[in-house]
Amino acid sequence: MNNIVDEIFGETKPQRYERFRGEYPVRVRGLVNAFGDQVIHDHLDLDVKRGEILGVVGGSGTGKSVLMRSIIGLQPPVDGHIEVFGQAITDAEPDEALGVRNRWGVLFQGGALFSTLTVGENVEVPIKQFYPQIEPDITHEIAAYKVVMAGLPKEATSKFPSELSGGMKKRAGLARALALDPELLFLDEPTAGLDPIGAAAFDSLIRELKETLGLTVFLITHDVDTLFAICDRVAVLADQKVIAVGTIPELLELDHPWIQEYFNGPRGRAAQGKPSDG
Amino acid sequence: MVTEADYTLDKDDGGRTVLRLKGPYLLSTISDVDTGLRKIDEQIDVVDLAEVSEIDTVGAWFTNQVASNHSASIENADDRAQRLLTAVGESSNDSTVSAPRLPLLTRAPEAMGEKVFNAGHGIVQVIGFFGQILLGTASILRHPRRFRYRALVHQFESVGVNALPIIGLMSFLIGIVIAQQGAVQLQAFGAEALTVNLVGRITLRELGVLMTAIMVAGRSGSAFAAQIGTMKLTEEIDAMRTIGLSPIEVLVIPRLLACFFMMILLGFYASCMAIIGGAVISDLTLGIPFWTFLSRIHEVVPAHDVWVGMIKAPVFGLIVAISGCYQGMQVEGNSEEVGLRTTKAVVQAIFTVIVLDAFFAVFFTEIGWG
Repeated sequence: MNNIVDEIFGETKPQRYERFRGEYPVRVRGLVNAFGDQVIHDHLDLDVKRGEILGVVGGSGTGKSVLMRSIIGLQPPVDGHIEVFGQAITDAEPDEALGVRNRWGVLFQGGALFSTLTVGENVEVPIKQFYPQIEPDITHEIAAYKVVMAGLPKEATSKFPSELSGGMKKRAGLARALALDPELLFLDEPTAGLDPIGAAAFDSLIRELKETLGLTVFLITHDVDTLFAICDRVAVLADQKVIAVGTIPELLELDHPWIQEYFNGPRGRAAQGKPSDG
Repeated sequence: MVTEADYTLDKDDGGRTVLRLKGPYLLSTISDVDTGLRKIDEQIDVVDLAEVSEIDTVGAWFTNQVASNHSASIENADDRAQRLLTAVGESSNDSTVSAPRLPLLTRAPEAMGEKVFNAGHGIVQVIGFFGQILLGTASILRHPRRFRYRALVHQFESVGVNALPIIGLMSFLIGIVIAQQGAVQLQAFGAEALTVNLVGRITLRELGVLMTAIMVAGRSGSAFAAQIGTMKLTEEIDAMRTIGLSPIEVLVIPRLLACFFMMILLGFYASCMAIIGGAVISDLTLGIPFWTFLSRIHEVVPAHDVWVGMIKAPVFGLIVAISGCYQGMQVEGNSEEVGLRTTKAVVQAIFTVIVLDAFFAVFFTEIGWG
């Protein structure tokens, strides 16, 4: 009885976790996702190595975003097993899931910033949510330096999302994703809709943050340049499965038609620095 | 493993004051030490990180703060700590997190001034919007083929047909209340037979149309504002303009016409339902048979009462539609604005309807339709 009362009213001591030291922060086994009759994933397996940037590619509608949503627990899968930091997400108790949630950061496609809060306040939200015991002025300062860390100018801190450009919104979303100093970062098409200069800058920012903060990055992208520039490994989604995972040279050796077309198509060749045929 | 952040302060061999940080310096542990560390008055020469087990950007940033406040040097940072220290050192940001707010004494008059300015500006804009509607109507009259009949029929359905059950039920209940409560008062004078006059005249002349207008403002006026507002946010309205469609013609005029015509029908329907409600309750409690009640209505309610109601109804409909569409078109910026404008649309519509109803009441009495 007391436990229940404590749980509801008591001040819960924040849970503390050591950094994940295992090899695979994310393990997906036999994942099945379906909307009605339409099967998106059919027994899909995927491992993300610690400290790598894993690019996830695939044609439109192959379920890249659904895969990400399954891993972060927004899309309950029909079947399969997902482990994040060695904890099962699929059948996690709410509390356990929460213990994983403050160790990852997610950047949604459109930034998904809270439109009624300033950029700085957006960054503060997760900090306040998970660590309410931290003094407000410290949260302010933490939020402020995260904003600059994500590559935004200082003045953006007190601006509202509607006052920002598309690229700045993405950076603000990234700042919020980095708010809790996560070990694992999920990025859903971070460079979509950015101009090439902005996209390249964003790529190098992610690379840099990964190096400094020791992040593991799960990156969904359509951008071939991003793949070549920053991804350590690339996972290809097709036929409801991950058909191949590996470095780009490894993938180029495979003769799957989609992979060949993807990397050796005109855009792929351009990104590789080869002249396109014809 | 140590799970709490800690620190000690001592002198080293060289006589320097050394702050030794211990344990994990992470976002989750920073609250253990932050107040303590900030309160150190002594001059610190060196911040020593040798015993720090783990560090993240928050720990690094905090260390940096302490070191720079005391202009101390940082020693024994491992590779990771060093990288983080450099990264946060480059990210200093002294701007405030919240949007700047003025002090209350300045803010109150400023808000007041803004309200006054917006009110004046709003009047100009409403007139402008009215003009756009007239222009739109004129251009539809010139090119009747461009008119969206399907949209109009769709609006007829959502404004009129779909509102029938709720408006019917509401009016029926209002009829019951008026008849029952009126009868109680009239009985004191032995005049309960006049309940028929009361119910018939008040519903046809006033309440039927007024309550319907309020209901339509809540149902459809709010929907107009929210629909058009969301379309504005998602740039659908801009897309329409670039394709050469006029949002006034496509979105606003069908809604205006739907409210105009549907309010007449709904107002009449509401009055009838209220009379039926009155008749039912009179049958049950006053001993006036149902059909007698209805035929008495025919005798005691002058025809001009029906006209008063039916003249007011379309005007109210227009007001509801215009304020809904106008507020929708004013949405800019974020999703909060949609909610704000929707509320405004409903409040404005109901308020205007009631004010206008008062004018109508005086006017019709003056012209002898009392």
